[in-house]
Amino acid sequence: IEHIKGSSVEKLSLTTTGCPLVIQCRNFRVVHFVVQRERDCHDIYSSLLRLLRPVSYEEVYAFSYNPKQNDQQREEGWQIIDLGAEFERMGVPCDQWQLTNVNIDYKVCETYPRDLYVPITASKPIIVGSSKFRSKGRFPVLTYFYQEKKAAVCRCSQPLSGFSARCLEDESMLQAISKANHNSRFVYVMDTRPKLNALANRAAGKGYENEDNYSNIRFQFVGIENIHVMRTSLQKLLEVIGTRSLSMSDFLVGLESSGWLRHIKAVVDAAIFLAKAVTVEGASVLVHCSDGWDRTAQVCSLGALLMDPYYRTIKGFMVLIEKDWISFGHKFADRCDQLDGDPKEVSPIFTQFLECVWQLTEQFPQAFEFSEWFLLQIHEHVHSCQYGNFLGNNQRQREDLRLRERTHSLWAFLMSEKQNYLNPFYSPAYSEAHPVLEPSTLPYHFKFWRNMYHQFDRSMHPRQSILKTVLTMRENNRKAESTLQALEKVMQRQEEDDDDDEQEEVGEEATESTDTERTVEGSSGTESRKQSYGELEGTYNSESAKEEPAVVSLEFGVARMTC
Amino acid sequence: MWRMLCSDSRYNRRAEAPCASPATTCSSRTGRRAALGRFCCSSGTSMPLRKVWKTFWATPASSLMQATVKKVWKTFWATPASSLMQATVKKEYLNLQGRLLSSVKICTCSSLTSQAWSSVSTLHALSRPSDANLPDQWGLSSPEKHYSQMKELHDRWRLSTVNREYLVCPSYPPAVIVPKNIDDDMLEKVAKFRQGGRFPVLCYYHKKNGTVIMRSSQPLTGANRKRCREDEQLLQAAIEGSDKGYIIDTRSSQQALQASMTGGGFESKSCYSSWKRLHRQMERGKALQESLIKLVEACGDEYHNMDRWLSKLENSKWLSHVQTALSTAGLLAECVERDGHSVLVYGSEGKDSTLLISTLAQLIMDPYCRTLEGFLALLEREWVQAGHPFQQRCAHSAYSHARLQQESPVFLLLLDCVWQLWRQFPLALGFSEALLLRLATEAYASNYGTFLCNSDQERCVLGLKENTHCLFQALLRPRERDCYSNPLYEPTELAIWPSVHPQSLQLWRGFFLRRTPQARHLEEVQEEIRNMVIKWGKLALS
Repeated sequence: IEHIKGSSVEKLSLTTTGCPLVIQCRNFRVVHFVVQRERDCHDIYSSLLRLLRPVSYEEVYAFSYNPKQNDQQREEGWQIIDLGAEFERMGVPCDQWQLTNVNIDYKVCETYPRDLYVPITASKPIIVGSSKFRSKGRFPVLTYFYQEKKAAVCRCSQPLSGFSARCLEDESMLQAISKANHNSRFVYVMDTRPKLNALANRAAGKGYENEDNYSNIRFQFVGIENIHVMRTSLQKLLEVIGTRSLSMSDFLVGLESSGWLRHIKAVVDAAIFLAKAVTVEGASVLVHCSDGWDRTAQVCSLGALLMDPYYRTIKGFMVLIEKDWISFGHKFADRCDQLDGDPKEVSPIFTQFLECVWQLTEQFPQAFEFSEWFLLQIHEHVHSCQYGNFLGNNQRQREDLRLRERTHSLWAFLMSEKQNYLNPFYSPAYSEAHPVLEPSTLPYHFKFWRNMYHQFDRSMHPRQSILKTVLTMRENNRKAESTLQALEKVMQRQEEDDDDDEQEEVGEEATESTDTERTVEGSSGTESRKQSYGELEGTYNSESAKEEPAVVSLEFGVARMTC
Repeated sequence: MWRMLCSDSRYNRRAEAPCASPATTCSSRTGRRAALGRFCCSSGTSMPLRKVWKTFWATPASSLMQATVKKVWKTFWATPASSLMQATVKKEYLNLQGRLLSSVKICTCSSLTSQAWSSVSTLHALSRPSDANLPDQWGLSSPEKHYSQMKELHDRWRLSTVNREYLVCPSYPPAVIVPKNIDDDMLEKVAKFRQGGRFPVLCYYHKKNGTVIMRSSQPLTGANRKRCREDEQLLQAAIEGSDKGYIIDTRSSQQALQASMTGGGFESKSCYSSWKRLHRQMERGKALQESLIKLVEACGDEYHNMDRWLSKLENSKWLSHVQTALSTAGLLAECVERDGHSVLVYGSEGKDSTLLISTLAQLIMDPYCRTLEGFLALLEREWVQAGHPFQQRCAHSAYSHARLQQESPVFLLLLDCVWQLWRQFPLALGFSEALLLRLATEAYASNYGTFLCNSDQERCVLGLKENTHCLFQALLRPRERDCYSNPLYEPTELAIWPSVHPQSLQLWRGFFLRRTPQARHLEEVQEEIRNMVIKWGKLALS
């Protein structure tokens, strides 16, 4: 096993057939092995345990993964995403916002990237002062700029206010953010925690902004639970859906008691609040939670996704993840348990974000350029450690590890396979007409994401995929069109024929060519379906790889390679 | 519903205009309702209805009334909600009125108003709108046609007309398919042994291995284990040449035992030695109705709380019923297709869950049933002709103060299950979700005569075939066909085994959440996507 994808190995009690071994993977796959001899089983068990918990980054698969690319290609792969260009796209730097170099050596804040954007009126002492007043030095910086209304989305961590402390620099920092937006006289400050948690933090010398000290803010709690709640919630959910011969009632009761969908809804609600404040009221918003790298990242990125159609394209979504998650220091290494670390730090925050995006794609089938396979593939590789993008906890660590020289970029790989992740129903016209999405968060709009949590339980999925059919259909159309064009060119050369004849012939030949393609496609479709549908009760059938749509078999191929 | 219409002054004015004949002199709302109720439906049987009907049309003043009814009807149909459920209509209606949507929780339809309502629908269906340019033929399928289409059947099965006067079994059609060596006298005796005279008849012949699905009602063995030689012979004849057959009882064995205390029962092992009984408990009647009421209430709840929604959804048990229905149908199909044995299905009366699972099993196994025509023909055979009492079951839907014993959304459950199948096999079914939605609407309130009455006999007495149009024919007109067919349809000869894991089943959002604002947006998008797909499909073909 080359990857560290498994999350836990369990040795079950001895049975007559041998020693059963259960591996639970982080992509929610569960594999059962039965090893005949107990000693072998134990050997496998202990070596797996060792493999699952690499002690240093040197053992991680990304450093040995080699897709047969030369250094130049590798470098190009890393250059696909350029955050400087992204801020330029948003219209920053501008007359109100500028690039600051205070963090160029990671002196002010270790977990932030080097390049940060702050209001033009925020001087260096203000920034440094503000960062001292914020947990982990994460002072307010720009993450998204809504050009139309000149409103900004900023992020930071909680202030070290305790019960009464205040900091003038921090106050003037918020003042500066407020001044940078002429549309609104105040800044929303969103604390994404439940009020109770924020209050509890005050006892530890942290807390939240006091509205009396900050002249121009509107303070708001949102109530997203912390990483520990999320972790147990997902664990409960997985426990429920892992039960054999689950009844409908138990499933729904389990879904309810796990609270997973409730948390998803809370995150989406917060993002909607953010998007409304920015797009409708034109106010700037400052988002924070405790340290400003979990809930803040979720809310900021999801809010931006709602506001900006660019982020709903494949490239844009990569940029969004790179910006709000990777560069602003979401602790991927800790949250995804890349190294043997503190189990208390592990939490499915990013998974949750992907699921929120999926829920949105279900509500707006035409608004996203990518399909759910794109999200699943990203999820897979966040945990696979095959690519360097998600290694480490922040940019500084990544530079220390020299990831750009030693590993490959996932984005390059995904870009090269872009065809597989396209949503055939995507309509740029729709995005133009609805630049800002307004999802409904009535509870019945949230569904259980079967393809995420049961990706490898074939028996559960629809046997036929609309997605695949439509994609093939479009592909065929494209081919037919190119044939048509080629034929037209040929025709143009043969100028002796008169126009009418030409037209007809082109039509005929094109029809022929498409017809053959159609039949080929049709027959392959039935062929793939001819393999038995599996039992009613659903036994796992590993031979039927062909049965699945192309995108899945691709997923499957990767998965098999890794095991 | 009627009251709802009347409560609007516009309608009131129109409704009160023709007050000439004694039957229609009713200026007050209650008076009108009472009159209408008396007029058509209050007696509950169909004979008086016809008489009243005739006299009604005979009086000259009634033509005015007819016009009114039509007008009201048309205005009503012009509103976007085509009376899916009474509550949703009301919601929609209030939407139009610009009032608050959430203020309406439960529609207050008294039994009387809904009776008036059903009478209106009867009136209208019988008035035979002239704009419909429909073929005169009524219906798509009949037992005779079914029999003559299946040549393989002929050496062991025959078409019996023992029920041509509806005397042997009032709820069966005049012709039924039975084993060849069982004569009509024996059938009459068997009918006496089965509840409601519903003796075992063939409903599906599986061409691949020659096995069949039969359906009946429960045998009347009673507490002292009565026997009926003819019944035993009939069943034996059905599986001639095979070592055994299955009986699928849609009650639990406990329930079956209880039924035998009250005169019903089940086939004992000793008398039917080559038959193996399988019990699968399926909810029916009142429990199903309660479930629908709870679900619709949960869907109308605008409260933003995830836990509350999930617990209400769970509490309604509707999805559990869907799961049970699909897995029982899967079992039935498995017996036939995989195990290669014939099956007899019944519940107690054999008019509800029996039809449900036999229909689903046919959809699973028979490629022809998955085409648009095939599906409609299947519904006609298995539901309309086999005597599902539509008038009793689909009178009020979810919102009604009168919790009638007979009301039960079995047909809706069927449509939901078909939708689940369609979702899991989007290419294998020749029709679209829109068809299912249309059928769900039509079953409760219809311009057509198809879903009127409780059985073939009643329809015959009322002369529905002469006086109304057939819905199924209407759905196959070219324009309708375009809109109800599935653009991605790719016929497959194989059985489509649905997954019944709870994770694979979903709430039928297109139906139950049809009237939410978001749903409308989604519907538009889906329509657009559909057009896109059709366009690509045409491109690929041209």
